[in-house]
Amino acid sequence: MAGSDPADTFRQEAQELLELLEQTLLDLEHDPGSGELIASAFRALHTIKGSGSMFGFQRVADFTHHVETAFDRVRKGEVAPSHELIALALTARDHIRRLIEEPEQAGEAEGVAILGELKLLVDGGAAPEAGAPAPAAAAGDDETATWRIRFRLPRDAMTSGNNPLPMLAELRGLGTATVVAQTDGLPAFDELVPTDCYFGWDVVLTTDQPRGAIESVFLFVLDEMELQIDRIETEPDGDERLGEILVERGDATPEAVEGALARQQLGELLVEAGAVTGEKVAAALGEQKLRREARAAKAADSIRVPAERLDELMDRVGELVIAQSRLKQVAAASDDLQVKSVAEEIERLALELRDSTMGVRMVPFGSLFGRFRRLIHDLSRELGKDIQLVTSGEETELDKTVIERLNDPLVHLIRNAVDHGLEDPAGRAAAGKPAQGRISLSARHAGAEVLISIRDDGRGLDRERIRARAEANGLIAPDARLTDGELFQMIFQPGFSTAAQVTNLSGRGVGMDVVKRTIEALRGTIDVASRPGDGAEVTLRLPLTLAIIDGLLVRVGNGRYVIPLSAVEECVELPPEEDARARGRSFLNIRDELVPFLRLRELFKATTPPDRFQKVVIVSSGEVRVGLVVDQVIGDHQTVIKSLSRLHADVETFSGATILGDGTVALILEVAHLVEYGQVQEERLKAAG
Amino acid sequence: MTSTPTTTAATTSPGGAIEVLTIDLEGETFALEAACVREILDLVPITEVPDAQPFVNGLINVRGKVVPLADLRLKFGMEPTPPTIDTRIVVIEVEIDGEPTTVGIRADKVYEVTQLVAASLSETPKLGMRWRPEFIRCIGRRHSDFVIVLDIGRIFSCVLGAEAPGVGAAPAERQVAQLATTA
Repeated sequence: MAGSDPADTFRQEAQELLELLEQTLLDLEHDPGSGELIASAFRALHTIKGSGSMFGFQRVADFTHHVETAFDRVRKGEVAPSHELIALALTARDHIRRLIEEPEQAGEAEGVAILGELKLLVDGGAAPEAGAPAPAAAAGDDETATWRIRFRLPRDAMTSGNNPLPMLAELRGLGTATVVAQTDGLPAFDELVPTDCYFGWDVVLTTDQPRGAIESVFLFVLDEMELQIDRIETEPDGDERLGEILVERGDATPEAVEGALARQQLGELLVEAGAVTGEKVAAALGEQKLRREARAAKAADSIRVPAERLDELMDRVGELVIAQSRLKQVAAASDDLQVKSVAEEIERLALELRDSTMGVRMVPFGSLFGRFRRLIHDLSRELGKDIQLVTSGEETELDKTVIERLNDPLVHLIRNAVDHGLEDPAGRAAAGKPAQGRISLSARHAGAEVLISIRDDGRGLDRERIRARAEANGLIAPDARLTDGELFQMIFQPGFSTAAQVTNLSGRGVGMDVVKRTIEALRGTIDVASRPGDGAEVTLRLPLTLAIIDGLLVRVGNGRYVIPLSAVEECVELPPEEDARARGRSFLNIRDELVPFLRLRELFKATTPPDRFQKVVIVSSGEVRVGLVVDQVIGDHQTVIKSLSRLHADVETFSGATILGDGTVALILEVAHLVEYGQVQEERLKAAG
Repeated sequence: MTSTPTTTAATTSPGGAIEVLTIDLEGETFALEAACVREILDLVPITEVPDAQPFVNGLINVRGKVVPLADLRLKFGMEPTPPTIDTRIVVIEVEIDGEPTTVGIRADKVYEVTQLVAASLSETPKLGMRWRPEFIRCIGRRHSDFVIVLDIGRIFSCVLGAEAPGVGAAPAERQVAQLATTA
């Protein structure tokens, strides 16, 4: 991120910190006694304040300072983290965010009001004390101790505005200090970047201040730096101390120690002197090596990449996969063994590259859940309902684009569940349910799909009301026999839901029809299940990724088509006697289950003579299965999905197209639509007799 | 394989002339504004879209992009015919619903990029036309022949949604076009 606008860097960092703060505060609400959470909230506030003033966000710094002061008192145990305080802190967090993102919009009065309330809460109405928190305030720990502090700043510390010198000066100010700079991190002269910080420091400090005072020196950089603070205990065993110090201080010249160990010198010397056993030295050095490696691994933990670069990478990989399948075809026609083996190697590499690129784009679902906790918290206050949010499957990963586009529909579904699903406290008591309502949010993988479900334990969907409304709107015939699933789908009809509902809270976001459209645009489906009085469950089925899928390539007449492999259950041969029955009953007996089948030749109006042995590809969508009769099953195909243009917006049978190895275009079948079509046909046939 | 006409930034030169690409559809000369033409391709394998309207029932691969292929003849009530050695695909860019879309157009022959001078342009006569007037921007004269300058944006904007039956909308339009499937 070097070279970017520092203010942008601050905004980005602050956003992460604010998110962390929000999560911490919400956690704190459930676990008010946790000192760790309070400290974490305090640290987030402190960092926002510090870097805010460093990058010229003075209003942010000023406001945050007061919130931090309040939390400092919470940290010291002088004030309890009550629900009111947490709710207020959340409001303050939102205000900080506004101050950073849209300073013109953030009213001064609002900030003053929040601070006023805060003072009232923290001081119990007493006169506020607005001074900065004294770093060495905590009393009770005035025992003088000697500390060994070893720290190393991140390489780019100085470019991001940190300076080690004031830190060292501050350390010196705490007591008697000896400072030794470690220069082992210095690279060769021609590799040296003058603005980078290569030094580490060892400080031995004798002070009457507590450990926290030492830590607070590094508060700004604590997250990225290496810091080790050990209390040096005076041990009576003199012989042991030599070895310990050598090994402990080994960091200072690790190469020398390792080299010496390799030459058996240090170890031999130590063992000969009877100070330590050889194994002890080896073990200690081994441990050191491990620790260093772990630290190095941690430093390379993650990097930030702009999202559009990932999209670009995905496009390139898509093109590579297409080129690779062309190569595969060329190689298959060739007799050259070398070409064949290279083609195979390229195929393997391309697939691995595809998988890891898709992996890079995967984001854990938990990143969305976090936002919903806040939503539930706010809704709970707004509606006066006590709600518990239970989440599972946070680690389930989904394509970044899918996650982003899921936010709005999920917010709407949750609002709906809270507003219309959950009863008010009186209603719950009357129904004999616990006062606290429950919203469960879960995500899990199922094959190449991800299932996300939103469940509430409220009153459930009102079947009669939905039916009456659907009939009134002319969506269903009065005598139509519908399953619950079909009936509940009616709530996704445009303009259906709101009027039949009790309140209009959900009018803020998107309507249910928009939810459905968004999910379908993601090539997903929605199922609704509900039992009266026992809540409702909305399940979203989504594909893992939008860009590339595994497909099954089939031929119908002259045309080649791709069926998403995730929908394919099995392939069977069409029995000749079924085939002979040109029209009429179109059912297959698949392990004692009747599966309707569709002749794609008829659907696509193929004019060529049919292959003698027709194949049936059994596909499923949700719970329903249908067979698709094709001329030939060609094989699996890495399918890079290209969407169809606006000119084909009316085409429902195909969800997109792809480019095959020989450069021709193949269409991708929309299984959900075909299954639906098959069902309609099945019913027509059943009705006919 | 491809010859990209040199398109100038401004279609209309100072003299009021427009730069066009002239093509042949069943012996009749049509013109497309050169500014919207991207490239001209030899005939490539065409994938039929079974569910689509006959007029745009094909897809082709243009440099790794999937591009719809339109047969304007079906818009003008002409019969679909099998491709010949002269058949070309003109790749154009046109705005559909505000979205710039790349579309291929089948031409029986591609002639040239040329200038039609203002004086030779005349308003579309309302009567005596074989073609639907709303699809035609104007009629120009080149040498002793008429050139019909097409209104590409209009043609594609009424692909979507309800289409009013026009003057020349022949039954052929409803006929299933059996163009070259995957060759």
